[in-house]
Amino acid sequence: MDKLQIADRTFGSRLILGTGGAANHAQLADAITASGTELVTVALRRVDPRAEGSIVDVIERCGVDVLPNTAGCFTAEQAVRTARLAREAFETDWVKLEVIGDEDSLLPEPVELLDAAETLVGDGFTVLPYTNDDPILARRLEEAGCAAVMPLAAPIGTGLGIRNPHNLALICEQAGVPVICDAGIGTASDAALAMELGCAAVLLATAVTRAADPALMAGAMRDAVRAGRAARLAGRIPKRRLARASTSFEGIAEL
Amino acid sequence: MNIELNGRARHDVRTIAEAVAAVTEAERGIAVALNGEVVPRSEWDRPLADGDTVEVLTATQGG
Repeated sequence: MDKLQIADRTFGSRLILGTGGAANHAQLADAITASGTELVTVALRRVDPRAEGSIVDVIERCGVDVLPNTAGCFTAEQAVRTARLAREAFETDWVKLEVIGDEDSLLPEPVELLDAAETLVGDGFTVLPYTNDDPILARRLEEAGCAAVMPLAAPIGTGLGIRNPHNLALICEQAGVPVICDAGIGTASDAALAMELGCAAVLLATAVTRAADPALMAGAMRDAVRAGRAARLAGRIPKRRLARASTSFEGIAEL
Repeated sequence: MNIELNGRARHDVRTIAEAVAAVTEAERGIAVALNGEVVPRSEWDRPLADGDTVEVLTATQGG
């Protein structure tokens, strides 16, 4: 498959895996390996003295890179502080920027999101913002200097699939940076559709980590992303209202 | 001296390094905020002051 380029890095896999929701570290490691991903997200929280083992070690053993997020932030100020802490903890200036509007929908707070993006880009971060499926906001985030835009398929954890394929396609058509479909993916066909619509990559967590068999679903997502990307590059046939025979009628016997 | 460490009152830590050691043995993947601002690892020997709020953070599972 053709490589994915984000900022100054290239990736062989177009699937980014979120680690939230995994039942334990062993299951997570199996899912990471089966997914073929090269980049996984983590959150930053108070240390838990009772925690057994570190997720950082799990990720390192899997040989993949860490993409810290700012999950749980409601304001630009909180998100910027969290990103700076993550940079210190993980020695990376990449951040999945997440600023949400409320706890029920977990939908992005667009005003705070753009504000935080501008600050973090100015601070030297490589910013990958989780955003609404809004082409105008996506454009503003790109203009602010974000290295990618990450519109949602549906609200986080819902598994509802792509609620507005038209908007997602519009974002892909206009964007000069990679578009990564982030959140709301439920199953493999959702991931394939995102890629067919023109997304450069898919970021998902719950669909894998809370599946009955996470590693099996991780493999399904790997294949779906590859198939969707190939189908996009191959160029699908136009849809037709009436049938068009694939077998010629020429030379047909008179029976 | 009273400080707040990860949401709990403490009076037995004098520096940021001591605060970190009080909650974790890990040396990597840790970040510290003092009164909301990042403190680089190179400055963890900084003394704390009465009323300081210290957050010691690390990676956890997250989308």
